[in-house]
Amino acid sequence: MRQEPVLLSRDAEGLFWMARYLERVENLARLIDVSQSFESPGYEAEAWFALIRINADEKPYAKLVSESGFDGVDPDAVKRSYLLDHNNPTGIPYNLEMARTCARTLRPLISTEMWRQINVFHRVIQNITTADLEGDRLSRLCMRIKDNVQAHTGITEGTLYRDQGWQFYQLGRVIERADQTTRLLDIKYHQLLPREGEAKRVADLTQWNAVLRAAAGYHAFKRLSRAAFSPEDVVGFLLRDPSFPRSVMLCIRRVEQHLDDLRRHHNLSGTNEAIERAEFLREFLTDRSTRHIIDAGLHQYLDQIQIHLMELAGSIGRSFFRDWRPEAAA
Amino acid sequence: MNVTELARLPNYDAGTYFCELTRRRPDDGGVPDKLLVRLDRIGLEALHARAAAAETELIDLGITFTVYSEATAIDRILPFDCIPRIITPSEWRTIETASIQRVAALNAFLADVYGPGKIVKDGVIPADLVFGNANYRPEMKDFPVTHGTYVHVCGIDIIRDEHGEFRILEDNARTPSGVSYVIENRHLMLRAFPDLMAGIKLLPVDDYGRRLRAAMTEIAPGGHDDPQVVLLSPGIYNSAYFEHVFLAREMGVPLVQGSDLIVENDHVYMRTTVGLCAVHTIYRRLNDDFLDPEVFRPDSMLGVPGLIRAWRAGNVAIANAVGTGVADDKAVYAYMPRIIKYYLGEEAIIQNVQTNICREAEGLQYTLDHLHELVIKPVGESGGYGITIGPRASKAELESARAALLADPAQWISQPMIGLSVAPTLAADGIGPRHLDLRPFVVTGRDSWVLPGGLTRVAMKQGSLIVNSSQGGGSKDTWVLAEG
Repeated sequence: MRQEPVLLSRDAEGLFWMARYLERVENLARLIDVSQSFESPGYEAEAWFALIRINADEKPYAKLVSESGFDGVDPDAVKRSYLLDHNNPTGIPYNLEMARTCARTLRPLISTEMWRQINVFHRVIQNITTADLEGDRLSRLCMRIKDNVQAHTGITEGTLYRDQGWQFYQLGRVIERADQTTRLLDIKYHQLLPREGEAKRVADLTQWNAVLRAAAGYHAFKRLSRAAFSPEDVVGFLLRDPSFPRSVMLCIRRVEQHLDDLRRHHNLSGTNEAIERAEFLREFLTDRSTRHIIDAGLHQYLDQIQIHLMELAGSIGRSFFRDWRPEAAA
Repeated sequence: MNVTELARLPNYDAGTYFCELTRRRPDDGGVPDKLLVRLDRIGLEALHARAAAAETELIDLGITFTVYSEATAIDRILPFDCIPRIITPSEWRTIETASIQRVAALNAFLADVYGPGKIVKDGVIPADLVFGNANYRPEMKDFPVTHGTYVHVCGIDIIRDEHGEFRILEDNARTPSGVSYVIENRHLMLRAFPDLMAGIKLLPVDDYGRRLRAAMTEIAPGGHDDPQVVLLSPGIYNSAYFEHVFLAREMGVPLVQGSDLIVENDHVYMRTTVGLCAVHTIYRRLNDDFLDPEVFRPDSMLGVPGLIRAWRAGNVAIANAVGTGVADDKAVYAYMPRIIKYYLGEEAIIQNVQTNICREAEGLQYTLDHLHELVIKPVGESGGYGITIGPRASKAELESARAALLADPAQWISQPMIGLSVAPTLAADGIGPRHLDLRPFVVTGRDSWVLPGGLTRVAMKQGSLIVNSSQGGGSKDTWVLAEG
């Protein structure tokens, strides 16, 4: 028996990206779900426009609406573009298609069960119709999408061979997850609030709770939080809680751990730059108070994190993948 | 007609064709009867339901070939028929020995035509047919291959005529495909129809990957006790991509694309996360033309620049060897009985379909005299192009075929119409006879080994003689009964 099977650079990249695309699909479902819960009578358009903004889709969307002749934001058009449009690179069908293409190239490495599940999931997404986007069905659709990605995650955990390929898969997953958590937080930034008073306080609280729920962090947050609600606590929780699976901090810690495993257990030299970048990011997350972050501008801070994550991914790519190109649509 | 037919398949009529299930054979061990009883017990309705479930499973598992149109990519399954085709032990011995004999002759022929060329000098086969052949690769001249093996994987298409005689229709000595379906069909059968198979002793089909890997190891350049074998695929857009995945997995070797490989100092390497790793044997599923842009098509993006150089330097083995297409060509096929005799001193164990070589006066005269009952085929074409089917041709078509024959006889062969054997096949309106063929797979490194059974391709349309998957053909699990 050989000590460790070789891994083609192309396959390492494929595993990294398959995980990223699927993580993105799950988070898009979370974002759509939370956007719906932000809808309030008379302000539907604003809730959905936030989704467009955090995906940096203003331009393609403007084109879309100008073609349809609709003036302003059409919530249905937004839903369609993320759930039905197979050519929208920030939409669910496109990202799942990409994940499946990766899986197809990886079929000699991944388990048959993984391939089968992603294949069946692909059919679920292909069969979405406009009727699935209406009323209470949208939330159920988002649930089904999340369920499917989580089934993928579980099957992967239980069946994917733990060689270096596993490490690259996990790196893709946690880097994307960290990125998506910053986007989820950002969506709150773009929401409108009543100008002042009790109405403002209640609306603010409701929106933060929705963000926490979308991140599956509501209950954990409750267990940790003080009696008085503060937005800083939510920001702190999502950015740097050491134990919450979707916190940026936990994701970065996992990045470091997987890079360290690659270096130590799989004898991959060339991890140094990526390790340094992850360390930098970890410090960036803790070197200032959440109060300070919010005062100085949460949106700008989240942007910074996203840029650092991109550089981290780029560094991994340059060291181990063939033909690395930074992602255009990031 | 016999009792079983009446009792179990009331409306089944194989007509004058040989039926692979209902025709009694002395060593069938009563398995066909047993199978018919079991099918009857399941009943048509349940058979349909289970067959549909089995096909859904093939789609879910992505055991598919992809058909690309302008805008879409559609994954199609090879239609699967749940009623197996049965081969008896004595039939299998014939097919197995005939296949090995055939491959031995093909390899001897290739070693000769890329070496001394004795068979041409001795006048057994015309020189222009060999050296003027589009598939003859001068790059191969005087380059001996390990164990004299050029055709490491061979698929031999065998049919059965109205009299129950096996006939060889075609040799596939380049990159034959379909073997993955042989094994997947068996697995599917075991999952979906365990009750049809219970207690019936069959030769196993699970050994293919190990045998192929062993052959690839045997042909690796010397000095490696554990050579690095890879499977070279054109990639996910190739219609046989599933098979490439399957074989890489079964062999336990990396599935690479041209861009994963690089040649440095006449050695082949693959790009991995730890840098370049040496490659010793390449099982390629890429045509000759695309292998190396330095030697063949300069526009090929699928191949590896310098690969042929590395090969000629003896640093890498390529299977199948380059240039095997000169041996499985239609015109050369006609000479196969003589080729077997010439190299092996034996008669062909399974005969060709009787073939009239029109470049020879006798063959031309016979063809002209029997035009209306023969199939006329151009030697240089494949995929059914340019064929005239005498019995189905109009007077004008026959006359134009006659003119073409007389204008350039060497471009033509002719064969009689063969009524392929049939087997009961599940169709929308019940169980009916459908025509089929068989493609056994022969793996050769130092020695030859034949995967028990092979791919049974079946025409799903009543009366159709075309079993190709591109024309809507399907497949059946192929049972080779164990002896005793």
